[in-house]
Amino acid sequence: MKFKVVVLAVVVIFVTSCGNEKKEEKSSAPVEVKKEVVKKEATTNPMDDKGIGPITSLTLADIDETMVAEGKELFKMKCSACHKISKRVVGPALAGITERRSPEWIMNMILNPEEMVAKNPIAKKLLAEYLAPMANQNLTEKEARVILEYFRTKKAK
Amino acid sequence: MKTIFKSLLAITVVSLVLSSCGNGSSSKKGALSSSVAEKVYVAPGEHDEFYAFVSGGFSGQLAVYGLPSGRLFKVIPVFSVDAEKAYGFNEETKPMLNTSHGFIPWDDSHHPDISQTNGELDGRYVFINGNNTPRIAKIDLTTFETTEIIEIPNSAGNHSSSFVTENTEYVVAGTRFSIPFPQRDMPIDEYKGNFKGALTFISVDPKDGAMDIKFQIMMPGFNYDLSHPGRGKSHGWFFFTTYNTEEANSLLEVNASQNDKDFIAAINWKKIEEYVNNGGGKKVPSRYAHNVYSDETHSATSTIKKEVLIVNPSDVPGAVYFLPTPKSPHGCDVDPTGEYIVGNGKLSADLTIHSFSKMIKAIEDKKFTGEAYGIPILDFDAVHAGTVKQSGLGPLHTEFDGKGNAYTTFFISSEVVKWKIGTWEVIDRKPTYYSVGHLMIPGGNSRKPYGKYVLAMNKITKDRYLPTGPEVTQSAQLYDITGDKMELLLDFPTIGEPHYAAGIPADIVAKNSKKIYKLEESKHEFVTKSEADSKVVRDGNEVHIYMTMIRSHFAPDNIEGIQVGDKVYFHVTNLEQDYDVPHGISMIGAQTSELLIMPGQTETFVWYPKQVGVWPFYCTDFCSALHQEMQGYVRVSPKGSKVPIKFTLDGDAVDAE
Repeated sequence: MKFKVVVLAVVVIFVTSCGNEKKEEKSSAPVEVKKEVVKKEATTNPMDDKGIGPITSLTLADIDETMVAEGKELFKMKCSACHKISKRVVGPALAGITERRSPEWIMNMILNPEEMVAKNPIAKKLLAEYLAPMANQNLTEKEARVILEYFRTKKAK
Repeated sequence: MKTIFKSLLAITVVSLVLSSCGNGSSSKKGALSSSVAEKVYVAPGEHDEFYAFVSGGFSGQLAVYGLPSGRLFKVIPVFSVDAEKAYGFNEETKPMLNTSHGFIPWDDSHHPDISQTNGELDGRYVFINGNNTPRIAKIDLTTFETTEIIEIPNSAGNHSSSFVTENTEYVVAGTRFSIPFPQRDMPIDEYKGNFKGALTFISVDPKDGAMDIKFQIMMPGFNYDLSHPGRGKSHGWFFFTTYNTEEANSLLEVNASQNDKDFIAAINWKKIEEYVNNGGGKKVPSRYAHNVYSDETHSATSTIKKEVLIVNPSDVPGAVYFLPTPKSPHGCDVDPTGEYIVGNGKLSADLTIHSFSKMIKAIEDKKFTGEAYGIPILDFDAVHAGTVKQSGLGPLHTEFDGKGNAYTTFFISSEVVKWKIGTWEVIDRKPTYYSVGHLMIPGGNSRKPYGKYVLAMNKITKDRYLPTGPEVTQSAQLYDITGDKMELLLDFPTIGEPHYAAGIPADIVAKNSKKIYKLEESKHEFVTKSEADSKVVRDGNEVHIYMTMIRSHFAPDNIEGIQVGDKVYFHVTNLEQDYDVPHGISMIGAQTSELLIMPGQTETFVWYPKQVGVWPFYCTDFCSALHQEMQGYVRVSPKGSKVPIKFTLDGDAVDAE
């Protein structure tokens, strides 16, 4: 019981630390946190989760190659320091991301990361696993949209 | 146990009663001080109502405080190097401290003044003067960083500076120490008639704020102590106090105090501007640095300028007059209407107030009592508006509340005195602790003061704070001036010696504050816009490292192929695009400071590896939970080694895919 309380406290610390806090000390028990969060995981289909943020509904057409090219350049400048397509680095590998997450969720994670990692169950779980909070790179909705288009071309193998 | 408690309680009650009986006034003060605390209390998370830009004096910097809390927000490096922010240490800002005397890492900053439009504070820039190696700096209030410094030639002791006209047409810089003009090898005791005092008018471009010396008025060799612009009806004029009209060159504390009256110089700068625009004045060879920092390249450039336009006052009739003013006047302050010019004779107990309208009439009526070096001296009685009599000892500076009252500091008697404009009667006086110099009401040097607080700045604090060895802090004191009587609210320590300050309502400035630098807009010569572009390039014995940083790693973080004797440039770009996420970097053995790099910004430091080995670098600003892990290594091989240049991140060449 005592252990649970400690774990819960750690979880709370993590959740509260993921906003604009940058001077937070590193926690000593990341592994336990992960286990605990996994137990609480929602069982709904992640593709139904639209996340929290400005994007509430998005219908995708055929892939637009101009947008893909723009998205690739932006991704390289603003995202690639933490995300690779092929492998996990600071953040998750992004191959097949559009098959695992709804387009709304992806854009909200880009545009509204502080609130997402604080409140959205999937984002919270990711933070617990990766520890580094998703950085807000201050992209516009249009910029996030073209990055999403680029992701659509990166299918899981 | 209970008994002990009861007796303790009894003792406490008795002692409370005793102490309160002893001194009636002290208990009254106690009750008051609780409401005083509320007046300066800004709750956690709440914001202050005003910014106060307080000069850092001999620190050379400019401190930003909140009022009424007195909390220090930032020290903006201006004239002195600052290891905390790498100012003057990184390659980008070193040119900011260039002068005709070379790189000067320090100065004595004095009088900040905020830019104005139509006589009201507009919150775009703060200007401040370096007194020692004469310079004027401009701080951009979107970034709170020094973006321009211009050296003032033919000047020394740049003290009657850096005050702005009511549309920021000009920032002025006046010399306190006259010097030979042109500067030359000559006997010091031939001062009289040979030394000159330059009053410099620096134009400010209304679009981008670029500064340029428009003209210098070459005045007689007096000491030009302080100045303020005319406004409203007197817009177009500038007023400078003088002392040492005796033109003494030694033991000035005696020899410069012989004359019963010195002067306030009234300069019709519009007339001189017109003269200059019509081809007047003489271009004279000169050497002075003009340093400009660009937010696009994140870098400063320094240009040495070669000539300056000199105006001889006697060549422009009707442009310059002297107003006799008693006893070595120091402060020279103009009320919000522009009608009254207050000259505070620092060796007098009285304040002398001149009238602008009377001055204009006296000029029309030619009421002159003589001339000095061809400049007419106006009849004292013809320009004199009134005197605040026996108001204290050692009057220095005056500010205005916009409600018809003026507030003057008295250095010797350590007090602020409130008096009424027009009747010249003293309304209130309050002690300061101690030896007050300037005072500041937000907007006090404008048509629209925000007369809620006055901030008094003290040279000496003695017993006001815990002792810290022979040196104790200087301080500022905040008074509420909304009532008839002033009320002391707060003491707070300040950096360096707080000379003047400039205050402004926070909402004018805060809304324009920049949050990040957009990566795609960077034009820095050595920017690295993505990890995939990071690299290490050797060019002879120079090595350029193009590095990026983001929470929480550098790319590349393993570098090999560096040799003893190389000159290694670290060009580091912060890829973050989020507010308040700077990263730092420092390298073992680097003879500079750390870099503190804002989101989207690139900075450079130079490292001379002197010893073979594998040497670490790390992030110096706590950036995330994995801040400690933000580090890397550089392998240093002997000179001439065959180890090739190699740079990696996690064993791979850096790549977006």
